[in-house]
Amino acid sequence: MLNKNSNNYIITYAVIMTLVFGSVLAVVAMVLKPKQDMEVLLEKQNFILKAALGEKAIGSMSDKEITTLYDETVVAQVIKSTGKVLETEEASVNVFKEYKKPKDTRELPVYIIYENKDKSKIISYVFPVYGKGLWDFIWGYVALESDLETISGVVFDHKGETPGLGARITDAEVQGRFKGKKIVDTLSGEMSIPYFEKGEGNDYSNNPQQVDGLSGATITAKGVSSMLDSYLTLYKPFILAQKNEY
Amino acid sequence: MSTETLEKEVQEVKKPAEPLFSKKRRKLLSNPLDEDNPITIQVLGICSALAVTVAMKPTLVMAIAVTAVLVLANVVISALRNTIPNRIRIIVQLVVVASLVAIVDQVLKAYSYDVWKELSVFIGLIITNCIVMGRLEAFALGNKPWDAMLDGLGNSFGYAWIILAIAFFRELTGSGKLFGVKVLPDEYMGNGVMMSPAGACILLGVLIWIIRSRNGYVEE
Repeated sequence: MLNKNSNNYIITYAVIMTLVFGSVLAVVAMVLKPKQDMEVLLEKQNFILKAALGEKAIGSMSDKEITTLYDETVVAQVIKSTGKVLETEEASVNVFKEYKKPKDTRELPVYIIYENKDKSKIISYVFPVYGKGLWDFIWGYVALESDLETISGVVFDHKGETPGLGARITDAEVQGRFKGKKIVDTLSGEMSIPYFEKGEGNDYSNNPQQVDGLSGATITAKGVSSMLDSYLTLYKPFILAQKNEY
Repeated sequence: MSTETLEKEVQEVKKPAEPLFSKKRRKLLSNPLDEDNPITIQVLGICSALAVTVAMKPTLVMAIAVTAVLVLANVVISALRNTIPNRIRIIVQLVVVASLVAIVDQVLKAYSYDVWKELSVFIGLIITNCIVMGRLEAFALGNKPWDAMLDGLGNSFGYAWIILAIAFFRELTGSGKLFGVKVLPDEYMGNGVMMSPAGACILLGVLIWIIRSRNGYVEE
């Protein structure tokens, strides 16, 4: 009979246990990895198309339809904040990693959405944004119409904002408040980024920059506003270059 | 509402193999639902009961995740109970629970990505859910796997119906929705307190009060 309290038994037991559970976990992680990566990619494609085309057009689509539509109509580019287009593959750029670098060294992906697969008419430009909310990081995509001034839609996501308060930035209704707002001041023609106003329930439909705010989530709202401001400023040279081209 | 569905589930489990469900074994399943409920009587697993119960959907997933982890951990520990050295038994329990939780986490990430994003923090915290460790220490180490499985099921259902009941009232009064679908008229203004853990704390307190006064439990 083995002595269960001997040191040898305990050490052997611990080693075998670690090996068994360690390998089980490793196998599970390896088997599930491709599926998980797919989910992450799918979410990104979903967000980009949702920002550009709206919740209504995308919401009822199956995963496969979204991927097909994305592959057919979206062209991704990677740019510098100077507006220079880089050779880098879009898939290799991680917006979160770039966010941690100084602004002028960041590699920024941009997505150009065409009307259909022959890629003759651009209907939208989608720009990823990244920033800080109240508790943790927030991020999203801003879609501009082909005039490069009007926001056709935004999508936000967050890691740990308060449910019911800051987490409302993921609500379609809150995101819809940005639709139709302009990133250019109508009088001066200078860039002027829409921002959340203080308070909630006010009508700002006459002002192209003011957006009805989030009551009880002031800091998350400020985070969203400054995220939009800092990122769209980075994209400005690209936006101006594109404008001159068309 | 949630109690009824749970009792149905329990009955379904009972049917196929009657002899396996002696009176004692039936008690293992039914006791934790009421007289020996892990949340309202033993006051274990409170943190997740407060944290995840904002809406029905994440709560349901959390309940399923805890059920999976608790039942499997109970069975594994019970199967190993005669080999586990007493001096490192807590470590062995932790390894088993942590591995199971990691697997649940990975599976959710692959097959229910939306829910995983919402719950991944809390899923990780199942490792420290006192119900799991409590059942392993108190029951699985001294009983056969089949009994341990019933005990695991009973306790996770006991946990599940309480958090589902809290989530039901929180989602209904906090945002006027159930499972994300609006059920109250648009004029209804959500009650902000119910959206925060403080609301859950109040609801849980009321629930504990009702259940304890009903079955006459008194703290010693």
